[in-house]
Formats: sequence, C-alpha cells, structure tokens
Amino acid sequence: MKDEVTRDDRVANLKGLGCSRKRVEDARFTQGKGNYVDDMNLPGMLTGDFVRSPYAHARITSINTDAAMALDGVIAVLTAKDLEPLGLHWMPTLAGDKQMVLADGKVLFQGQEVAFVVAKDRYIASDAVELVEVEYEELPVIVDPFASMKSDVVLREDLDPTAPGAHGPRKHHNHIFTWEVGDEDGTNAVIDDADIVAEESMYYHRTHPCPLEPCGCVASMDKVNGKLTLWGTFQAPHVVRTVASLLSGIEEHNIRVVSPDIGGGFGNKVGVYPGYVCSIVASIVTGVPVKWVEDRMENLMSTAFARDYWMTGKISATKEGKITGLHCHVTADHGAFDACADPTKFPAGFMNICTGSYDIPIAYLGVDGVYTNKAPGGVSYRCSFRVTEAVYFIERMIEVLAIEMNMDSAELRRINFIKKEQFPYNSALGWEYDSGDYHTAWDKALKAVDYEGLRKEQAERVEAFKRGETRTIMGIGLSFFTEIVGAGPVKNCDILGMGMFDSCEIRIHPTGSAIARLGTISQGQGHATTFAQILASEIGISADSITIEEGDTDTAPYGLGTYGSRSTPVAGAAAAMVGRKIRAKAQMIAAYLLEVHDDDVEFDVDRFVVKGAPERFKTMGEIAYAAYNQAIPGIEPGLEAVSYYDPPNMTYPFGAYVCVMDIDVDTGVPTIKRFYALDDCGTRINPMVIEGQIHGGLTEALAVALGQEIAYDDMGNCKTGTLMDFFLPTAWEVPNYETDHTVTPSPHHPIGAKGVGESPHVGGVPCFSNAVQDAFRPFGNRHTNMPHDHWRIWKTANDLGLHD
Amino acid sequence: MTKQIIKLTVNGEEQEVLAEPRELLIYVLREKMGMKGPHVGCETSHCGACTVEMDGKSVKSCTMFAAQAQGAEITTIEGLGTPDNLHVLQENFKEHHGLQCGYCTPGMITRAHRLLQENPNPTEEEVRFGIAGNICRCTGYQNIVKSILSAAAELNAAKEAAQ
Repeated sequence: MKDEVTRDDRVANLKGLGCSRKRVEDARFTQGKGNYVDDMNLPGMLTGDFVRSPYAHARITSINTDAAMALDGVIAVLTAKDLEPLGLHWMPTLAGDKQMVLADGKVLFQGQEVAFVVAKDRYIASDAVELVEVEYEELPVIVDPFASMKSDVVLREDLDPTAPGAHGPRKHHNHIFTWEVGDEDGTNAVIDDADIVAEESMYYHRTHPCPLEPCGCVASMDKVNGKLTLWGTFQAPHVVRTVASLLSGIEEHNIRVVSPDIGGGFGNKVGVYPGYVCSIVASIVTGVPVKWVEDRMENLMSTAFARDYWMTGKISATKEGKITGLHCHVTADHGAFDACADPTKFPAGFMNICTGSYDIPIAYLGVDGVYTNKAPGGVSYRCSFRVTEAVYFIERMIEVLAIEMNMDSAELRRINFIKKEQFPYNSALGWEYDSGDYHTAWDKALKAVDYEGLRKEQAERVEAFKRGETRTIMGIGLSFFTEIVGAGPVKNCDILGMGMFDSCEIRIHPTGSAIARLGTISQGQGHATTFAQILASEIGISADSITIEEGDTDTAPYGLGTYGSRSTPVAGAAAAMVGRKIRAKAQMIAAYLLEVHDDDVEFDVDRFVVKGAPERFKTMGEIAYAAYNQAIPGIEPGLEAVSYYDPPNMTYPFGAYVCVMDIDVDTGVPTIKRFYALDDCGTRINPMVIEGQIHGGLTEALAVALGQEIAYDDMGNCKTGTLMDFFLPTAWEVPNYETDHTVTPSPHHPIGAKGVGESPHVGGVPCFSNAVQDAFRPFGNRHTNMPHDHWRIWKTANDLGLHD
Repeated sequence: MTKQIIKLTVNGEEQEVLAEPRELLIYVLREKMGMKGPHVGCETSHCGACTVEMDGKSVKSCTMFAAQAQGAEITTIEGLGTPDNLHVLQENFKEHHGLQCGYCTPGMITRAHRLLQENPNPTEEEVRFGIAGNICRCTGYQNIVKSILSAAAELNAAKEAAQ
C-alpha cells in the first residue's frame, strides 16, 4: 500500500497554524455576493438623510421643516426638539464626553447633523434635505487648538467651565483634559544636565481612515414582538448593543445588532454616530425599517478623523549616543466633542509607548486635549490607540538627535535598543514589553538592503547633484517600531465600562465538523480563514470543516470587537483556549472508548493515541460522534465549549523598515525605489494573510505620509471633503514591497501570536516620512511636517536653496 | 418626476426598468435589478467600486444616469462566471490573495476583465496604469496586480493551446 496517510499528510490536511490557507471569504466576494449593509433591502424600508451645517460655528435661530414635510414621500423630519423628550438629542461619547445627535441650539463644526429626513427613497430624502430651512447666526470660528486655549469664545456652552471633565480638571473653557505619565521633574533634571539635547516640534496632521465602504445602518423596530434589530458597519457590534440599550431604554435582550460584511474599517467604524441613533428613533416612530448610509463627503467631513497631534519633544544623550531622557508634550485637537475611541483610563490612548523600542531610563509625557470647531473623532486609524503618533514622534526624535550628534541614525538606534535579555522590559512610562529581539531584526534588515552601500550611493548622488549632473536626490528612510496591541487586560482597559476581554464559542457536530463564533468582527482581515486555522491545530479538525461566524449579537458570545489589532491577541487566544477545553473533554472520551486511563492517551494532530501504542487511537471525528451517541459515565453528552479570554498583558509586535526614495527637487515628486519591511508578529498563523496585511498597511502609511489629510480653512470649511482632494493612492503610486520576518513569540499568548494588521501602518508612516527628510538632510534639513505632498516637498527644496 | 422606460441588456438578459431621468445607473442596477456586486464608494468617479462594462467600455455607474444606458449592453461582476465555473480572474484573485474586505473587488475584477480585452498581454506597468481608476484600501495593489498578470498568462496559454 503506497497511499498510506503519513503524519505529515494529516498535519497538512488540518490546514492549521502556519500554512498559507486560501481565504474562505473570497468565493462570495469575487462573485459580487458579499452582503454589505447597503445591500439590504427590507420590505417597506425608508431612507434617512441628514441636513448638515454649512457653518463651523453658528447659533441656530430657527428650523422650518414645513416645506420638506409637504413633499410627497416624506414621512418625518426629526430635529433635536423631537429627540429631546426621549433624552436622545445628545449621546455619550466613548471618551466620557457627550455629543449632539442633532444640533441643539448651535452647531460646532461644518457638516454637523442638524435634522434627519425620513422618506420613501433616497431621491425624495435628498430633495427634502434641500427644503429644510435652517437659519444660522454665525459665531467666531476656532480651528487652531493653541488659539482655542487663549480664546474668550466658549465653544461648549453646555459644559460648566469650572467643573472637572471626564479626565480631571480643565484649565480653560475650551480645554478637555490634561493627561500626564512619568516623572517630569526627574526628566527635566536629566535633560538639563545632559551632554547633548535635541529639541523638535512636529505636527502629525489630521487625517481620516476613509474605508471604501462608508458608514451606515438599517434599524428595524418590530413593534409586534418589541425587538429592535440594527444592522450596520460596526467594528464592535456587542458594545453597540449595550450602548443602544443604555440610550434607548430597550432591554438588551430585545436588541439584536448585526455587522454584516464590512467594506474596511481602519478605526472609522468603532464609534457610535448620530445616523445610528436617528435611524433607530425613526424606525421606532414609523414602525418600519429605516436605512441610513452616508456618502463619501459625509464620511470625510463628519465621521471619526484620526491624529491631529501637535507634539513637542526633548531628547537627551551622552556623548557616545546613549539616550538618557525623553520629554514629550502634546496639544491634541479633538474637535467639537471628545469622541476619541480609547480605553477609558487612556484619554490619549497608548501615546505613552512613545519611548519606542529604546531603553530610555526616564521619561515624561503630558497631553492636553482641546476643543476646536472641527469634526469630532480621534480614532486609531489602522493602529492601536495613538501608537502611530507615538512611534512617529520617537522615530523623528531619533533622527533629529542623530542630526544633532552628526551621527548615523541606524547606529544610534542600535546603541539604544532594548536588549533581548532585558525582556520582559518595563518602560519608563509604565508598559511591560513582553518579548523582543530588536538587534537581530535590525541587523537582518540593514543587511538585506545593503545599508552601507545605500549610504555610499546617497553620498555620490549628493555630490552629483552639487556638480549639477542630476536634479534628483536620494533619501533612505529608516524606522524601527514597537507596537502595543491586544487591549485588555480588563484591569487596565475598558470601553464605557466594558472590560476588554474577548471570546470564542465552539460547537463540534456529531460528524466531526464544527461551528465557532467569536466576539470580534472581520472587516477584511480574513477571520473566517485564520481563526479556523488556530482551532484546527488545537482541536485536530480540518479548518475546512470549521465554520466561523462573527458579528451577530444574538448568536456570538460577547466581545469587544476588532480594532487596535486585538483580534489575534485576544479573540485568537480565546480560540486557542476553547480548543484546549474541547481537547480536554475529547481526551476523556477517547480514553473511555479505548478502555484506558485518561492519562494513558495523548493528542496527536487529529486524534488521541494510546501512549506507546500508536496503532490504537480514536480520531477527533470518532470522538465527536461518540460524544453524541454514547452514554459515557461521568461525562455530559455533546462537545462544545466557550472561553472568555482576559489577556494578562498586551502584545508587542515590532519591525524594521527601510524605504529608498528618489526626489525630483524641481517637481517635488517622490519615487519609491525600494521598500523593505521586516515584521515580527510572533507566531505566524497564515503567512499569505500576514503579507497581505503588510502590503495594505504600508499603502495606508504611504498615503498618510505623502499627502492624505483633512484640512480646514480659517472659517472651518473642510477643504478635503471628496476623493478629488483627499489622497487615496492608486496602483500607479504604490510600489512593490519586499516583506521579511523574524519570529519572537509572545510568552503569555497561548500560541505566541502578537497581531500584525496595524504594524505596517505604525512603522510605515515614519519610514516614508524619514525617507523624504533624509533626502534633504545633507542640505541642512532637520524636520518638516507631513504630509509630504509634491508642493510641500518642492517647498522644502526651495527653502533649502536647491532651486537657486 | 416622470419616469421613463429604459431598455437595456444586463449580463446577456434584456430588461426593462422604470426610472426617473435623474436616477443614477448604479442605483438602478443595485436596487431595481438586484445586481449588488457593483458598490458605491465615492459618487465622484474616483474610486471605481461601481465599475461595470457598458458597450465594451469600463464605466463608473455612479456618475452616469440610467437613461444614458438606454439600449446598452452591460456586464457586471454577476455576469463574469458562475459559482461552479468562476472566471479566470476570479480564480486568480482568490489564488493570489488579491482582495481583503471585498468592497472594491467586483469593480476591480470588472475593470481587469475589460483591461485584458483591450490589452491581452499587459506589462506590470500597464496593469497598474489600467486599474488606476479603481481604488483599493486594503491590499496595497501588489496582489491585485499579481492576480491580473497571472490571469492574463493563463488566458493566453489557453488561447495558444486552442490554436
């Protein structure tokens, strides 16, 4: 018999951990058979649309809805007055503030929701929006957070200026919070006495996650059975259910929230938006389903932005380049309402990871949040709670220090990396890094790109440029990042009081296949593929025989959702743990069937075998069948389990990136010649999916670094409200990336995995930015702010005299 | 507004539909004909999620009136292969991880389908230029380009074998 199944065959058949399993999602997506919220069409469904403010700051003197209501096909027009009796004209934000659902007396940003029209179809709704007459009295507009902190103009008249906010005392009527971490006096003392100090101020501009599918929902209140169903673009459907219950007073068991297929999220779909609340109210009022889906302009102008951090740093070092201290202050522009999506105790997210990958003995971080007349938000666009800002800050400070010391920044990084033997490493700002081997990763990266050769080439180019032989200069962008992902633990991290655990539930069917449900929700990450791989390896059932479901709160166990790269570190851990529960029961069943003691059988790929007698075994299929058809003494029938996983710590993926860029100094056009990305995300579940995540994250990083921004004029007009002005790279602008990896498992995660989806964005932004800035370093550049669009690059060249 | 009858052929099937002159083709396709593959992403012709093929050209159905499609032959993603017999492009997008969230995918594959009619043997550069009207936020395009080049090679090999 030649066709004997070997152990390797059995492992391969599982399609478990470590293999590049093809995605199970792709069959429906490639055929146009995805099910996104806008694809829903329920009988009698109405359409909602917003009247939005053209002004950034204005008092509303009147709203007249008569003409709109008179239009055939218009069912209702809601204003704050209609929501007030229900207590729904304002809603709590995730950051402990509150936000107007519909403008209550005044508007605070352009595009703010003023009235909600409900009509029979989208065209009638649009017509009616035009017919709602709103009279405004303009108020002074503040778009600069520094001006805001000095202004007599009170933006938030609803707040008592002397009362503390959700995060402590407020210094001014437009101030939101001060958040401090570390030892400021000690840090200042070290910096004052240091051999070398580098200082820099930098602005990490406002941008937007801009998923291709905008936000939307369908609310359906079934008045017969009293149940509300809400389908929508929710990255955290269970939290939405809890919030909907708290806001509406409908008991939580009477609310079902469903996230169908989601067309990208990147942080934009974490929050709760006025459109959801208005749709629910409209469905309750009308008794029929109501759909609200925003258009692109509404998405860019009103739903959650990212970044907008003004960062000032001081970094000190010895003459040899050993960093001795770091001081960071941030003025954070939160817009009109503090609607950041951060764990409650972290009003600036995990910005205190800003000591980066370096062994910095003492540090201080202070963050002041400020109100302005801009859209609310402050979500983590493809990163874990402000980590992108933190990594950008430290990776720029390293470059500036290298300039100050006239040394190579690759070497400066090497001197200061946390050493392998220092892990678990306690940072000066309070984090415990779980594992890392930075030197190995750095050396591998520099060798892969022939770093010394690149520097030589760059020096030659500078000389050629000076001789007038070329108008193109060359930049070598470096970055080394450490991410912090996988929030919880519950003791540190909660959203609106809900601890940040996650969950997995599995049911093995009698014939040996299974269904598993998790508290997370894929927005393109491929959970249905990769979670099944974790379970396959743990349980010994092929991934092809495991259905994964997420996003329906009536069926999935409670979880905190997918953002901050938390799915693999938290729900992935729950999957591994639930698998082990199944295995424990399967072991007892196998021992019974094999008539041996529990301890005399052991797990082997897809079966339990009698120790020392591998010819005696029971496959997982046989065990599953027995679980349902045999009365086994002392063991309940069935084979299912649930696990709620509270991670003991976060995970700390890291990576080393190098970007080689040419810049045409006369046009300001950058050309990426090479991009090398080494990622260490611990144990690798599916290399194909990891690589795809890295390509995508790097491309979003390229966008942010090289042109993507939400910009306002002095009147608070959003200047980047369409894709005409808001930069999304096309295939033409994007290079091919070289990916590489090292593997340093997380010591506390059940399978050692760390999460990867956001790493390329976090590490990519400083890498692209550093490449631009490095090209100009030989000509005297120290720091210029992103986004490095063609105009700004040209301007840098011009300021440095390169056009003279 | 007065509705008019629009006759068009969608994925080989002649159809009649009532629509106002101002109704966009994308909404008629999605909401009146059940073709939910093409999506709305920007409504300004930039993202290409709504791409369909009309009379041998790729068009963005979010910035065309349905009335402009009077008498036209339209192919959407739904017309490119069946569950049992996927189009070579669909197979290759699956094989090379050319998609993630799937929102751009129908428009992207429909565009790639047209591109390969226009240029059956494109270079990587020609593929990148040819799909520059279709935005993907997830993949960074690298695997999309790989999928299209691989599909082209497969189609060309099949053509050669047939000759």
